[in-house]
Formats: sequence, structure tokens, C-alpha cells
Amino acid sequence: MRRNPLIQLILIHFREFIREPGIIFWSVIFPIAMAWVLGIAFSKQSELTQQVVLIENIQEQYSPFREFLNDSKQLTKEISGENVPCFEKTLASDKLGKTSFRFISTDWDHGILLLKRGQVNLILKEYADSLQYFFDPVNPQAKTTFILLSSAINNEKLVYETATISPLTQKGNRYIDFLIPGLLALGAMNSLLWGISYALIEMRSKKLMRRMVATPMKKSEFLISFFVARLSIAIIEALILCTFAYFYFRITLQGSFLALATIFLAGNIAFSGLAILISSRTANSRIGTGLINVVTMPMMILSGIFFSYNNFPDFAIPIIQKMPLTMMADSIRAVFNEGSGFAQVACNSAILTGLGICCFLIGLKIYKWY
Amino acid sequence: MAKDPVIEIRNVKKYFRDVKAVDGVDLSIAEAEFLALLGPNGAGKTTLVEMIEGLQKPDSGEIMIMSRHWKGNETYLRRLLGISLQETRFIDKLTTTETLRLFASFYGIGEERIAEILELIRLQDKRKAYTVNLSGGQRQRLALGIALMNSPSVLLLDEPTSGLDPNSRREIWDILLHLKKNQHTTMILTTHYMEEASFLCDKIVIMDKGKILAEGKLEELLTRNHSDEIIEFNLEGDPADLNLNNDHWLKKMNWDPDRKKVTLFVTEILQALPHILEKTASGKPKIMGLECRKITLDDLFISLTGRRLNE
Repeated sequence: MRRNPLIQLILIHFREFIREPGIIFWSVIFPIAMAWVLGIAFSKQSELTQQVVLIENIQEQYSPFREFLNDSKQLTKEISGENVPCFEKTLASDKLGKTSFRFISTDWDHGILLLKRGQVNLILKEYADSLQYFFDPVNPQAKTTFILLSSAINNEKLVYETATISPLTQKGNRYIDFLIPGLLALGAMNSLLWGISYALIEMRSKKLMRRMVATPMKKSEFLISFFVARLSIAIIEALILCTFAYFYFRITLQGSFLALATIFLAGNIAFSGLAILISSRTANSRIGTGLINVVTMPMMILSGIFFSYNNFPDFAIPIIQKMPLTMMADSIRAVFNEGSGFAQVACNSAILTGLGICCFLIGLKIYKWY
Repeated sequence: MAKDPVIEIRNVKKYFRDVKAVDGVDLSIAEAEFLALLGPNGAGKTTLVEMIEGLQKPDSGEIMIMSRHWKGNETYLRRLLGISLQETRFIDKLTTTETLRLFASFYGIGEERIAEILELIRLQDKRKAYTVNLSGGQRQRLALGIALMNSPSVLLLDEPTSGLDPNSRREIWDILLHLKKNQHTTMILTTHYMEEASFLCDKIVIMDKGKILAEGKLEELLTRNHSDEIIEFNLEGDPADLNLNNDHWLKKMNWDPDRKKVTLFVTEILQALPHILEKTASGKPKIMGLECRKITLDDLFISLTGRRLNE
């Protein structure tokens, strides 16, 4: 029986995938574990402990602060190998959960050391008539600690009892609803770029590509096999992640399935094209790893997969929005959470497809087969 | 009647920056001929073979296989050629059969031929083994099996036994001898093993620094330039004191000052030996470790290049 070369080429990718437990872990279990950990971390209300360095002055005590500490627990904690006296005070709210402040009583130098190590983000110095707060004003967590602490010391009731807080926890508004579409896009990017580029560079460095090209094998079939196999694997990975998200977090698709399929396919085409371009010349897997990282790392950091890219400076946002991963993640998010249809994702899909085809053609033009 | 050339190479040159990998090579290989390209590492053997294989383009000159150039005939020629590269690693987690099946699919070849190949390369019991678990010799046999998949008219083998232990090498030789005996395949084998070239091949081409230094049948090569007999000894003293230059039985004398070794290429040992013993009877110069033997390819290579093949 004669066998179809394209099918044989596709089969080698599936066989490699199935027979390598490490690949299954990184491509299937790892994204689910990440979604679970991040989903749990940002979905459950838990006690938040803010550690603050307190530089006390025995002669000069600030009375409002001492009143605040009246009902605090006094204990000794081991911090960086030293036993240090601490005060712990917990503020509770039905809507915001518990916030604990741990005041580590120490001197300035040790306080600075703890700040450098990231164990605290604020230093509090006590005078007879006031408190002085030391913190990095561009650190949002330090700012939050300062606001919570200063209002708690000065007027405890202001924040926790008078404010009207309505938690938004319905589907589509939760952090996990933001995260899962991003993970789908990230999974596709990693699967395509690493799965195709790295495999091609490896084949070239092992001289296997040279050996295969020395047969009547069609080069187009060779490359198509990578796309078909990797697209199939990316779809399987996405389905597993979606199934997990549905059963564990009750995430459902609010927009059109056609729109989701279109943007997913377009994203895969874009990343396949990029993968061919990245792998077009080098035969050195270390250079290849560097090249893949150069392309994937900025997108992983900037494209708003884990947190919104709107935290970046205004001038960077239009650039970030043009990145393939951002376009794919934003569009998938719109389909999942905003109920977008085909028309809303058509433009991004067309751009991603065009990008993929351009990269593929350039890559093919400069491709080093031998 | 002379056989038609299957491969014709005319004044082929290939330079890599200032390195002359192949420098004006002319070669003609007849149908069903088994040719060895013999030379040390860096001689240009692999570059020349890869140009024949169509994996590298010559800077100048002409290569024709079955009267066709590579340009415009790639698909046709790829179907005729069987190739075993100097170093090929396979997909680790594919079995031997799956690897053969993959390559068979490129030629539109079915399962019967895969079974034949497995038998020929003696890997039936390893047909379900992952290629990563094969030994070096077994992997080389698999590479050879892939090269033979399409029953090629021309088989190009680039150092197929390099780095293998004697047993594994012998197994490859047996397969090649079987092919030589039973099939009408034109074969080119590159090697830096003298015994491999002399044991397997009909014709030997000695290459160094991108040039062909000598070519012909083994016996012709050994007798053409010098003689077929050698007298070798260590010498304490100056070789000029031997005063051998005008002796008619002496074809050539080599002096290795590092090892203090004299190598004499002579017409006939029986004729030469009494003269040498007579000239050194006084003990000045003093000779030690005298050895008489037939000329080998190694000797020929030294006489052509001034160095050993494996240096």
C-alpha cells in the first residue's frame, strides 16, 4: 500500500507530541494549571496582609496612632533571620474582606533592607505630632497601603462603613473572564511559534531537513504538515482549556462561534507565518531560541494577557494594540465577554491573516533548505 | 567497450571565502562503477559529493548526471539518486519502520519494499524501536536503508562508516558488497579509511585540498607513480650518507626527520635489499627496525602529499 506523503508528514508531528510526556505537560496541563492558580488567586476573597516598617520613638508617641494600635496583637516574628517585635491589626469588611496591617518595629537601616527585598512597601516613622510615610509613589501597592493605612488611622469609619461598595462578580466581569481568552491566544502563539520554529530549526541543525529535501518530497507539503499539525494541536489545547473554564469557572461563549473560529484561525495563520520567517535561516537552536524569545516575550508582557495593557503609558497603547497577540486576545475577549460577532472580528482577522501570509512568503523566499 | 559515464564532472570549483573546497575537479564515473573518494578531513570530498547530490551549487564548472544538469531536472534526478549524508539524525520518537515509511511515501513506495529494506539492512528485530534507541551502527544502516529505498541508479554515500566500531563497519561493508554483486547501481563512497576504499571499490580517487591527486584502480595507483614494494627502517645518522640516489632500483626515497624514518620505494625488494645492507654494513649510518612490505594506499598518500591520511 502506498502512503500519502502529506499524511505521513503530519503523523510525525502527532507521534512526537503523543510520545513526549513533557510536551503534553507544557501544552495541556500547564495552561490549565495557570488558569486555575490565577483564577483562584484573583477570584476568592482572602485576607490581605500589608507589612509596614514602623520606626518607633519612645519619647515621642503620636496618640491617634497609639489609639489605633490599642486593640492590636503584639507578637514577635522572625523576619530575615531576626526576631522582631510586631503589632498586627486587622480591619474587616463584608464586601472587601479582611485587611491586616503588620507593623514591624525596627530601625531605619533594617527597614530600608526589608523595602529593598520587597518584604514591605512602606516605612512609617512616628513623631510626637505626626506620622511620616516613606514609599515609592509609582508603586501602586505602596500607594494603596498608604491610602488604606492613613484613612484607617485618621478616621477608620470613613472607608469601611460609609462607602457604598457593590462588588461586580457576574460572568464577563470577573478577572477569570479576562484571563481565559488571553490564555487561549497565548497558548496558540506559544504552540505555533515554538512548535513550528523550534522544530524546523532542530530539523535543520540535525541535518534531517537536508536529508528530506534530498528526496522528491514537496517542500510545500513539508511546511503545510507543520501548519496542519500545529493548528490541530492548538485547537485541542484550546478545547481542553475552554472545557476546564466552563466546568470550573462557568465561563460561556457570549458571542458567535463563527467569530471565535475565524479569529482563532487568523491568529494561527499569523503565528505560523511568523514561525516560518523566524526559522528561515538559522541552524543553531540556541540562536533560534533567542529569536523566538525576542518575538514572544514582548507580546507576552505587553499584550494584556494577564493584566490590562492600559496600565502602560498612553503613547505605547496604540503600538501594543497592533501586536498580533493583542489583536487576537482582544478579539477573543470581545467574542467571549461582549458577545461580538463575525463583523466585529473581521478586521483583526484579515490583518492577522495578511500578516501571516506576508511573513510566510518572505520566509519562503529566504528559506535555507540545505 | 567503455561504459557510458553516468556522472560527468568538468572543472568544478567551489570556494568558501578564501578556502578552496573544490578546486577544478574533473571526474567521470561509469555505469555500475563503485568509486571511492579518498582523502583526509577537509579534502573537499563532502563538498564535491554534495554538489553531485544537488545540495550545493558549484561556483563554476559543470556536473551532469545521466546527461542532465540539476537545473530544471531536480524532481527527475531526486528519483534516481540514493543519498546517505555524512551525519543525519532522525526524529527521536519515530520507530525504524515509521521512519522508513515516511521516506517511502516521498517516492510513492509501498510496504513490500519497506520489508525488503528492513531485511537488507538487518533491522527486522528493531523495526518497532525508536530511532533514538538505535546504536550508531544501526542508525547508519537505517540511513543506508533510506538511501536504498527507491532502488537508486546512483548511490552516494558520504562516510557511511565514519566513527563506527569494526563490527558495525563490517556490517555496512557486507550490505554494500551485496549491492555491488547483485545490483547495477553506480556508487560513490567518500571515506578516509584506506582499507574501506581498497576493499569495496573498483576505482579510487585520492583528493586533498580540493584537488584530485590520483585516480584509478588500486593496483594501477600503487604501481603507476612509484613501485609496489617498500623498504622502511629507522636511521641513526644522515640519510645522505646512504648514498642511494643513483641506484637504478630506487624509485623514490622519503625521509621523516621527526621519526628518523627512511621509506624507500623500490622496484624489487630482493634486488634492493643486498645493496642497502652492504652500504650500512660498517654501522655508519646505523639502521634499525628494517621492514619490507608491499606498498599501501597510506604510503601512496604520504608520497603524494607528504603527510598521513589521518593527520
